[in-house]
Amino acid sequence: MSDFTDLTLATARAGLAAKKFSAVELTQAHVTAIEQNRALNAFITETPDKALAMAKASDERLARGEGGVLEGLPIAIKDLFCTKDILTTAASHILDGFNPPYESTITQKLWDAGANCLGKLNLDEFAMGSSNMTSHYGPVINPWTKPGDNRQLVPGGSSGGSAASVAARLALAATGTDTGGSIRQPAGFCGIVGLKPTYGRCSRWGVVAFASSLDQAGPMTRTVEDAAIMLGVMAGHDPKDSTSAPMPVPDFKAALTGDIRGLRVGIPKEYRVDGMPAEIEALWQQGIDWLKDAGATPVEISLPMTKHALPTYYIIAPAEASANLSRYDGVRFGLRVPGASLDEMYENTRAAGFGAEVKRRVLIGAYVLSAGYYDAYYLKAQRLRTLIAKDFEQAFEKCDVILTPTAPSAAFAIGEKMDDPLAMYLNDVFTVPVNLAGLPGMSIPAGLSADGLPLGLQIIGRAFDEETMIRVAGVLESAATFTAKPYSSLAGRA
Amino acid sequence: MFTSDVVMREETLIDGRTGKWEIIIGLEVHAQVTTLSKLFSGAATAFGAEPNTQVSPVDAGFPGMLPVINEIAVEKAVKTGLGLNAVINQVSVFDRKNYFYADLPSGYQISQYTQPIVGKGRMVLDMADGSTREVGVTRLHLEQDAGKSLHDQHKTLTFVDLNRAGVPLMEIVSEPDMRTAEEAGAYLKKLRSILRYLGTCDGNMEEGSMRCDCNVSVRRPGEPLGTRNEIKNVNSIRFVMQAIEIEARRQIEILEDGGVIKQETRLFDPNRGETRAMRSKEEAHDYRYFPDPDLLPLVLDPAMIERVKASMPELPDAKKARFIADFKLSPYDAGVLVAEQSTAHFFEQVAQGRDAKLAANWVTGDLFGALNKLGVGIEASPISADGLGGLIDLIADNTISGKIAKDVFAAMLETGKSAGDIVESQGLRQVTDTGAIEKSIDEILAAHTDKVSEYRSGKDKLFGFFVGQVMKATAGKANPAMLNDLLRKKLAP
Repeated sequence: MSDFTDLTLATARAGLAAKKFSAVELTQAHVTAIEQNRALNAFITETPDKALAMAKASDERLARGEGGVLEGLPIAIKDLFCTKDILTTAASHILDGFNPPYESTITQKLWDAGANCLGKLNLDEFAMGSSNMTSHYGPVINPWTKPGDNRQLVPGGSSGGSAASVAARLALAATGTDTGGSIRQPAGFCGIVGLKPTYGRCSRWGVVAFASSLDQAGPMTRTVEDAAIMLGVMAGHDPKDSTSAPMPVPDFKAALTGDIRGLRVGIPKEYRVDGMPAEIEALWQQGIDWLKDAGATPVEISLPMTKHALPTYYIIAPAEASANLSRYDGVRFGLRVPGASLDEMYENTRAAGFGAEVKRRVLIGAYVLSAGYYDAYYLKAQRLRTLIAKDFEQAFEKCDVILTPTAPSAAFAIGEKMDDPLAMYLNDVFTVPVNLAGLPGMSIPAGLSADGLPLGLQIIGRAFDEETMIRVAGVLESAATFTAKPYSSLAGRA
Repeated sequence: MFTSDVVMREETLIDGRTGKWEIIIGLEVHAQVTTLSKLFSGAATAFGAEPNTQVSPVDAGFPGMLPVINEIAVEKAVKTGLGLNAVINQVSVFDRKNYFYADLPSGYQISQYTQPIVGKGRMVLDMADGSTREVGVTRLHLEQDAGKSLHDQHKTLTFVDLNRAGVPLMEIVSEPDMRTAEEAGAYLKKLRSILRYLGTCDGNMEEGSMRCDCNVSVRRPGEPLGTRNEIKNVNSIRFVMQAIEIEARRQIEILEDGGVIKQETRLFDPNRGETRAMRSKEEAHDYRYFPDPDLLPLVLDPAMIERVKASMPELPDAKKARFIADFKLSPYDAGVLVAEQSTAHFFEQVAQGRDAKLAANWVTGDLFGALNKLGVGIEASPISADGLGGLIDLIADNTISGKIAKDVFAAMLETGKSAGDIVESQGLRQVTDTGAIEKSIDEILAAHTDKVSEYRSGKDKLFGFFVGQVMKATAGKANPAMLNDLLRKKLAP
């Protein structure tokens, strides 16, 4: 059955339940697809043997009439999640040879639900980037190309390997993490669904930290339903993560009622940024119309502090990162480059181990926290963060969800924007405020650009109200009927 | 930031070459919280384990590991705060203190900077002369300890032991309210006593579960505060007192020679009897403190605070006041007896239903002397509280004299037998039979008629001679009061 890889989590699980095929067959199809598409560089570590062994165990459970929500379903893991005894790199040279002696809470939950591990996915180094260009293991190639133009495009970042692998049908789904847009922007660039839950919804335990107060793991899938199913497995309070919320996990899939009548959809007037392509503006309007047609009411809202979101983010995230990355010192694990003294060993190790973007952010972070600058930068940024969160709070008095574009452009070519970090940072202009406010947000593939590339729309929900967000996403998905696939450029496809 | 409203006391000043100086002392004590597990992980905290056997991935700063606060450590910090008469802050914040060192696995220490769990408090010091002083406590905060670098294991390499990494510490900061090394010593003794009463720190300085940084400056009486130096990590009360004396002398010498004090961190070398510069203010780290985003602000449940309050033991100050009031002890004796909870408990058992004054004398005198000689604490005393009480009972009911009691005490120490058994088996029961004593007196007086005449002609001092002779004749068993009484009558002209 050649279209195994076109299944969704939901349809594949139903097929397994109905014994139409085995988990081993399903997994083997994905293992083969991965082998045939190594050119995408989506994986840092492939674990076909593990995947097949897990699939075999799944088949045995299924045969006994047992099996979890994700039983027998092959997925892939962003290489920021620690996986026991499997190389975990954060796409950084500095974690060379690091095999964690523990399993992250999220991956453990996924395996406990029956999912099979295809491997570890490429990403921007330490999740710092919006193009997947900063990986020590080389860039990930977006499976999409513009028709008639064979230039390679970026998949977005930092969960670029996750988005590319799901879009290219190398995995039924993947985990991502989102600090400033790292799930939603690559989901938008690759034409898939990416969901960043409310901060505290999913455990961060065992996920290599970038910026602790912003990082949040979430599912990357091809359908909204799959995102709801996978989030249900990933979410939940973890006593090992002090910032995870002691809240019950709702049945996210049950939220997909298709009924959004009477719902108020906020349209932030400040998100009509200068220089945004008309086609994105048009897609946004299309999204508003679709929701209106389904019975929702668009309301204009104001998020005036949004303009401060990027500078605020680029102070807080590097500040936290500068401390989070201090542990990579060559003493206990990963790369060590010797030196004549302890300080020299630190310098040699960190100089060789970190890439340019990581170094830039560590330096920015150390600077904004240093004596004499703390008040002017870090403290001010914290105050702005509070104001940005208040913006959303006030907006949600007038609306139930917020609709925006996911990113101000479609995927760009590899090598573009590389000489201007600020232009690169602008990619996250619509996604960053959501992280600063700790809210849930998700990107839905809504259409194609004139160039034939996928474009996403973002839905933002109230804190811990992923259900309403998912309900709206389901309606948007049905209306958009996004069926385009990046097949033409892929190996192993007709 | 270095102010003090302590009134200048002439007697605390020390003489320099050019006049008198006042020493200003503030102490920062790191006290290891008595817990089974670390401040942010479940790893054990036991002292003396094999290197790197009590380390979780959290303590080792592994990727993706997250801290979770140890609630027992929080409760003990609250308890300590209450014991220091301090403000408990219902909301406090953990910060990251950033610096690189091989034994600091995460590259930052989780500490509390601007919002500690405990605010201002105060402590009363018991001085050797029985007087007291009050010293302010600035704050108490929770933080994790670092690991240990071992530089002596290899010619060129440094080994790292992370067993201590993440062990919970309370940093207790005093106001600069002390003026003499003795006061600093009394502060540490009192703090240790309170911590031990509360069971929040074992106060063991040799094992490093209590360490002290001393801030020392000097000034001319009445002048503004001078530049201070911090002497790091002094590990005994005696060394703290020595280090302060030596550092103050050093500063006075510099100032009297027309020099200025540079603000720096110094180390005390007890072998050479000097303090040495470690790093200057310019070399001081910029720790880039900021709130730890892995930990939410610590919000204390008022019910927990109430529960801890209800569980507070009677602390040394209250106990001392009670001993003075109920047992009519001197402030000094009371102070000595309450310093350790176990001593106070032992004393109360001995004093129960007996002459408390006598009990205090026996405990602080003979018993302490014996324990000192044996090098054991009161918990390991070979004579139990009941045993000592039994001895005191024999004195009270005139079975033995106080003098004989000393011998009985020595025998008790040696044999572990009860006072009663010893008195019986050795026939030490004192003679209270008037006839027997009289008979003995008569014999002595008859044998020393010359001395009797001398006495009667005014040589009063000879009274002692006759007492001695009778005692000798009765093997010390004559009741001293009865003997005195009868002798005086017989010698009367």
